[in-house]
Amino acid sequence: MAFKIIASQCTQCGACEFECPSGAIKFKGETYVIDPKKCTECEGTFETQQCASVCPVSKTCVPA
Amino acid sequence: MSAPMISLQGLSGTTVFDQSPARAKSGGCASSSCGSSAKPHEMDSAVWEKIKDHPCFSEEAHHYFARMHVAVAPACNIQCNYCNRKYDCANESRPGVVSERLTPDQALRKAIEVANQVPQLSVLGIAGPGDACYDWKNTKATFERVAKEIADIKLCISTNGLALPDRVAELAEMNVDHVTITINMVDPRIGAEIYPWIFYENRRYTGVEAATILHERQMSGLEMLTARGILTKINSVMIPGVNDEHLIEVNKWVKERGAFLHNVMPLISDPAHGTHYGLSGQRGPKAMELKALQDRLEGGAKLMRHCRQCRADAVGLLGEDRGKEFTLDRLPDKVTYDASKRETYRAVVARERGDRMAAKSEALGMVKTAGSGKSLLVAVATKGGGRINEHFGHAKEFQIYEASPKGIGFVGHRKVEQYCLGGRAEDKSLDGVISTLEGVDIVLCARIGNSPEDRLKESGIRATDAYGYDYIETAIGALYAAEFGSEPLAATA
Repeated sequence: MAFKIIASQCTQCGACEFECPSGAIKFKGETYVIDPKKCTECEGTFETQQCASVCPVSKTCVPA
Repeated sequence: MSAPMISLQGLSGTTVFDQSPARAKSGGCASSSCGSSAKPHEMDSAVWEKIKDHPCFSEEAHHYFARMHVAVAPACNIQCNYCNRKYDCANESRPGVVSERLTPDQALRKAIEVANQVPQLSVLGIAGPGDACYDWKNTKATFERVAKEIADIKLCISTNGLALPDRVAELAEMNVDHVTITINMVDPRIGAEIYPWIFYENRRYTGVEAATILHERQMSGLEMLTARGILTKINSVMIPGVNDEHLIEVNKWVKERGAFLHNVMPLISDPAHGTHYGLSGQRGPKAMELKALQDRLEGGAKLMRHCRQCRADAVGLLGEDRGKEFTLDRLPDKVTYDASKRETYRAVVARERGDRMAAKSEALGMVKTAGSGKSLLVAVATKGGGRINEHFGHAKEFQIYEASPKGIGFVGHRKVEQYCLGGRAEDKSLDGVISTLEGVDIVLCARIGNSPEDRLKESGIRATDAYGYDYIETAIGALYAAEFGSEPLAATA
């Protein structure tokens, strides 16, 4: 399982990128994208998904 | 197009004022009530050295020096009800708003170009959108790169304080000696109404729990900065019905913890901005409500009254924004720092400000010897340098001074729509200017036409260009003496 970023809502602040414990988030083109192969949904590392917890716009980092 | 600014020539020109024997009285200024405008003889010399070139930390310096903000740290660790993270705009001028975000390398290029073009530049700040202490990698990289190229530039940051305690040691190492912390509450129950959530130690907190963590981190960050001798300015957003009364308590707390200045800013709330407060109909305070609160805070932590609530990418003197001249597409690909303009300007300012201080001292003497208990509210059109050097019709704001038995003090600024555009005067905007100047007794400017002068007169506001290019205090002192003194004085210009 992985999370994804709704590009149209993203403010490109980049907080998710540096909070992601798996290095799954990168800036590509115009927005941040989550590599589903690397995303672990923070399972076993944190209680909550870091990208969704720090994202300033609701419903922007969501389950893929 | 060359932008309006104080030219070196304008500043180095001869001073026109009556050279009658100085009646300097030390401590004559109401320094306890207008702290940020205090002068060297009234404050610790080490503190003066730190603030004398910083336009935001010193009212006096804001006449001479300019700041630039670089938006390099867009990530934030808290959500505030007055902030909308989706908002970027070229035409809005308010905190948090930018038209482009920069990488540290782009910020370096911009800083060098601005330093080459704007001789008044003395400060590089990182003030949003986002939090400079949270988005630390970008902040640090920017400061390190800029400090290496422009060694004498002052570095400062603005922060919500949540991540601040983790960064104090590095801030001190990098010689960042001006930090602004936004503190809107010391009671977490009030904080819970302002902050929907914080992100701390890998999880999101809400409600009173979130506000309690934020409060504790803010206080500890402030104490750590004070312990290291780093100057702090506290920004508080005044939210009527939420924290307006409470800010009196906030002022006490921050004073006890060594805050250097307290800047109470009015909430900016407009549905079009899409913030929670904008959408929920929470109103901002009226100008008079803000002033009433500021007056009640006198005697606590010193107040900043010259804040313009500038954009997070503003460039130039406070009150002007030359940001549009320095957008990325206008920056040369390769830039080399040339210190010559800034050095020349500093030499001129060093002479000029000593001269102005003597003139101010003399003007205070004039006000005191007038022996009147009355006060005079004066609006000044100025481009900087502490002089009356802007045409009435070109002014985008007026700086408001009050002369009273307490002295001559800066009390604020009022923004207006420029009345004369491209040589054509607009009657409609003159109406707006007149209503903005309500309560003002006299307007001082470099030039004014007969028609606007008459229109102002009909509204009970006198205007004169008789003191054009004089120091502001010199003119106000002479006016006050002429108005209330026993022996009318001749105009000095």
